Amino acid sequence: MKRVILEIVGGFKSLLTGMRITLQQFFKKDVTVRYPHESLKMTKRYRGHVVLLRDPETGKSLCVACKSCEKACPSDCIVVEGIKREGEKKKSVTEFELDFTRCSLCGSCVEVCPSDALGFSKDYNLASTTKAEFVKIDLVRRMEGEIAADAAHAQPQPAIPPENPPGGTSGSAAGGTPAATGIQTGSEKPAGQEGKA
Amino acid sequence: MTLPEPFRLLAYLAGVMAFVGVNAAYLVWVERKGAARFQRRPGPTEVGPAGLLQPLADAAKLLSKQLLVPPDADRTLFRVAPVLVMAPALMCLATIPFGKTLGARSLDLGLVMVFAFGSINVMAIMLGGWASRNKYAIISAARIVSQNVAYEIPMMLVVITLIMVTGTTNLQEIVEDQAGGFWKWNVFNLAANPLMPVTFVIFFICMLAETNRAPFDMAEAESELVAGAFTEYAGMGFGVFFMAEYANILVGCSLGAILFLGGWQSPFGILSGVGWFLLKLYALVFTVVWVRWTFPRTQFYGLLNLSWKILIPVSLGTLVLTCIMLKIF
Repeated sequence: MKRVILEIVGGFKSLLTGMRITLQQFFKKDVTVRYPHESLKMTKRYRGHVVLLRDPETGKSLCVACKSCEKACPSDCIVVEGIKREGEKKKSVTEFELDFTRCSLCGSCVEVCPSDALGFSKDYNLASTTKAEFVKIDLVRRMEGEIAADAAHAQPQPAIPPENPPGGTSGSAAGGTPAATGIQTGSEKPAGQEGKA
Repeated sequence: MTLPEPFRLLAYLAGVMAFVGVNAAYLVWVERKGAARFQRRPGPTEVGPAGLLQPLADAAKLLSKQLLVPPDADRTLFRVAPVLVMAPALMCLATIPFGKTLGARSLDLGLVMVFAFGSINVMAIMLGGWASRNKYAIISAARIVSQNVAYEIPMMLVVITLIMVTGTTNLQEIVEDQAGGFWKWNVFNLAANPLMPVTFVIFFICMLAETNRAPFDMAEAESELVAGAFTEYAGMGFGVFFMAEYANILVGCSLGAILFLGGWQSPFGILSGVGWFLLKLYALVFTVVWVRWTFPRTQFYGLLNLSWKILIPVSLGTLVLTCIMLKIF
């Protein structure tokens, strides 16, 4: 009899404890990232698709169009072309196309690059209704978009914020300027639309 | 203010239906928001400010759906069941005193009537499950019957305890008995029965079980029975069942507020009115949501064990204790 009563009282107490815990959660801040409106910033070592990195001093591509990546790629999904410009020591890249439908994100190209001109993007909103969006991601165009975005950013506070560059590069995408906060607001275009003229 | 008879009737009919309709719609919102808060999510946010138009969007969706009756189902019963679930809840609210002068009918047998109509609810869900000709629906119907038989008993014992204390089954009189501050409420009426708070807890648990709310939602155990008795219902047929669930919660919580928490009486003895009743009602409704999102669903034998091994003996004990106390003092 005594054992039964103790069991009932103890059980009821444990129920109340459970309710106290859920009520504490009730008044805490929610932890949801409201996805289409805001998205998480990817971590440093997130491996998205390959991007061309820029020289932090000159702002131009580090790529010398040596085509090592093209050769190293096991899926054969990179096409690089470059020219030798007047007055420059190295070749510079004019065309860098990534066939993202075949890329397996192995990173061989990044590893093999002699001038450290390749990195991984932080884009993960890669979605499209057509395959064609990803067959030729034009990384040179993407980089030019970044340069334009940086130039617009450098101007002393225009009254109207500049629109997204034609490349549709998202703010945190490339290793240029990491955003301070973990969560960024504002809609981002899927990076897959970049290559399309 | 008293309206002449036919208009008064119509006014209360419209009033009760509007009250149930608005509450059934918005308690869904409260439930979803509450669930979200307990799980630290934002809940519905997209439709209207803070998702306040979500119930309207849901209703529009459900109403625009095709009304399907399964070919093997009993057509008449299948269609009647949702109405039979909703109607008793509306009927019960006719006896609920919202304020000193606000209540559709002050019946001498009000409390008995609420329980009489309350049992129709069970039968209607059972009919819906039976008429669906679906194995999940029939299992669910069987479960709901045994569950309600098990929980009707402690519920009735609690109510008898209370009737012995108050000496009336008129809900308005029960509320008036509790005038004068929260220590006069039946839940704190320790002179009549030192175990009165326990009685209230038993009442609340039985109310959860009778309205098929988690953790006693065996009839609609999604993980085992798809949607239980509602499996075959599409569109607004399902919508009405869903609204009826909230309407029944509303009735159950109103009853809890009236029987134990002093109805429309203010806890300080002054400024009594409809506001206090609604406050107590929604506090209980919030607790129902709170309980649902705290405890996992019980197993079926656990549910019956709780009733037969704990609730019934304890409520019998409080009944006997009340008898002794009333006889001695």
